[in-house]
Amino acid sequence: MNEVKLVEAPEGIQGAGFFATALDKVVGLARSHSLWPLPFATSCCGIEFMATMGAHYDFSRFGSERPSFSPRQADLLMVMGTIAKKMGPVLRQVYIQMAEPRWVIAVGACASSGGIFDTYSVMQGIDEVIPVDVYVPGCPPRPEAIIDGFNRIQDLVKSESLRRRDSQEYKDLLARYGIQ
Amino acid sequence: MEEAMIEKIKSTFSTAIKNISDPHELITLEVDSNKIIEILQFLKQDPEMGFNYLTDICGIHYPENKGSELGVIYHLHNLVKNIRIRLKTFISSDQPHISTATKVYPGANWMERETYDFYGIIFDGHPDLRRILNVDDMVAFPLRKEFPLEDPNRKDKKDEFFGR
Amino acid sequence: MAHIQLKDELEKETITLNLGPTHPATHGVFQNVLEIDGERIVSGVSTIGYIHRAFEKIAEHRPFYQITPLTDRLNYCSSPINNFGWHMTVEKLLKVQTPKRVDYLRVIIMELARISDHLICNGILGVDTGAFTGFLWLMEEREHIYEIYEEVCGARLTTNFGRVGGFERDFNEIAFAKIKKFIKEFPPVLKEFEKLFNRNRIFIDRCVGVGAMSAEKALEYSWSGPILRSAGVDYDVRAMNPYSSYEDFDFEVPVGTNGDVYDRFMVRNEEMWQSLRLIEQAMDKIAKEPKGVFHADVPEFYLPPKEEVYHHMEALIYHFKIVMGEIPNPATEVYHSVEGGNGELGFYLVTDGGRSPYRLHFRRPSFINYQVFAEMSKGALLSDAIINMSSLNIIAGELDA
Repeated sequence: MNEVKLVEAPEGIQGAGFFATALDKVVGLARSHSLWPLPFATSCCGIEFMATMGAHYDFSRFGSERPSFSPRQADLLMVMGTIAKKMGPVLRQVYIQMAEPRWVIAVGACASSGGIFDTYSVMQGIDEVIPVDVYVPGCPPRPEAIIDGFNRIQDLVKSESLRRRDSQEYKDLLARYGIQ
Repeated sequence: MEEAMIEKIKSTFSTAIKNISDPHELITLEVDSNKIIEILQFLKQDPEMGFNYLTDICGIHYPENKGSELGVIYHLHNLVKNIRIRLKTFISSDQPHISTATKVYPGANWMERETYDFYGIIFDGHPDLRRILNVDDMVAFPLRKEFPLEDPNRKDKKDEFFGR
Repeated sequence: MAHIQLKDELEKETITLNLGPTHPATHGVFQNVLEIDGERIVSGVSTIGYIHRAFEKIAEHRPFYQITPLTDRLNYCSSPINNFGWHMTVEKLLKVQTPKRVDYLRVIIMELARISDHLICNGILGVDTGAFTGFLWLMEEREHIYEIYEEVCGARLTTNFGRVGGFERDFNEIAFAKIKKFIKEFPPVLKEFEKLFNRNRIFIDRCVGVGAMSAEKALEYSWSGPILRSAGVDYDVRAMNPYSSYEDFDFEVPVGTNGDVYDRFMVRNEEMWQSLRLIEQAMDKIAKEPKGVFHADVPEFYLPPKEEVYHHMEALIYHFKIVMGEIPNPATEVYHSVEGGNGELGFYLVTDGGRSPYRLHFRRPSFINYQVFAEMSKGALLSDAIINMSSLNIIAGELDA
């Protein structure tokens, strides 16, 4: 047989011509293997992302074949690079325009915490304006690290409950950031 | 070659030149801020000078020199004879006005905007003098020595751990 | 059906289009607010500063050896050039003379950085005109250049290469083997890329005549680098004010005729060939130099090896003095420029004798080259303005600093 590794099916009850499992698990499986990222690349980490997308590290084998620059059609906001205070409102606007379900990954030291730029003009981490799911440290992180961060997002997506976006806890989280 | 040029500049603008020095073999003239545009025009258009390339304009702040705290520094380059020259001029921070160099060198446009953004030096006659790199509603001029580097309102880093 | 009532007078006839800070076609975060009439741009206003990280302010608070990581992040596609430009500025200040072998090693790394910068620019120009394939072929070559950097300094992109006075470690056999392999394997890839684009009917139709700039206007606007050379002015800092022993090398400066996008593309391609020539010559010259020399003999400014610091008093004292900034520097001003990937990258350093600079100003070529873009795109079609911007090679880190 061929060497291609296939995704494992979730736990369930199998019989002749049917497979019964929880809807959450199937939807999570499908979503996690076709996340469309929005590459919000501002600086050096963006060049490492270009290297990750290239033929050597091949990001699209994880399902991100189509990076979308339109927020409406993207699932995952990948913030790569320094976000200055002038850029903060722009980032917030892009996040608000994304449709649920949406995840955010902060790639690099600057997006996670301001990095080496502890100055008056740099936002010390994008979690000042939007909620973040996964932080990838590094300056810039190696492509392997970016892929590892993406795999952690895939784990989050796989195990997320379908009700999460309507829950009070999520609404409180968004309210903390002033997003409806 | 260079001696003759310096002599010609000195003889044409004798009153405006306050100091001539040569740090690391780059001729540096400290000139009067009222005459700077005339000098730039002379350096560009006089056939013996020929400084047709404006390399850079930047600002500097010396808070101890009362009356001439803010400085504007021009670097010019004669591409044919390969000679560089630096012009420095100082103005007071109460009245930080100086004429724009955009009529002589159109490339001075953004360089002067950046100097205004960082130091608050107002270039009279500039077509579009507004902030370029910092946020538009900032009031202070960040590269002056009294402005702090870090944002004092950030909550996640405690200054006592960083020795501040 | 109600008929739509138009006002008798339209408020304005153009559409305001925000070619915003986040846009797939802009390579970095800068904004152009355009007024367009159909497909034609009537006027535009450029806004930058969306990644202003205040390098010049930070530099006033850091010692010289801590400013090198800052310079990395200026033009991050070719960071070794920025690093070495900064080190050469400090060496000029301190009147340190580097040995020839260090100069030749620096030339190799700087030319590799120039190749990697031009690979991105030309590859992305291909993508903007609709041809993705060439970009993917060239990105693979960039991985090989990254491997060479990693072998010498440990990092791929933001390299923090070298020290004041030379390098932190010598190039080992693996690094030289990788450089030799690159010299052999890169030319066929570049030839294939050129075969794909240089005489491609569609590419020529898209690029010829777009964004043409005369030499006089380019000089007025202080352009430098490949775009100035494509307009016909052969100003290259490596030829005019040679640094790091470039005067010992034999290379040509390619020059275009009318400064349009096609000429800029061809100038960058030709510069990559010249960079390969320089790397080959440097490898030959290094073979003739005494082995093992990788830094200048300046114990006051070059950190001693750690083994000596643990065992010898003198090394310990020097280490302490260098790190704590007890060694006095001359209080003067110096301007040094190198030929970056985009043009003349200058460092204006004013010192007051202390550990950190009093003022450090970066003369950034992308910032100065970009001024004239809004004026250049008046009357141009939108897609032409996009490839014009792409061929100016604006790197956002260098634009905003």
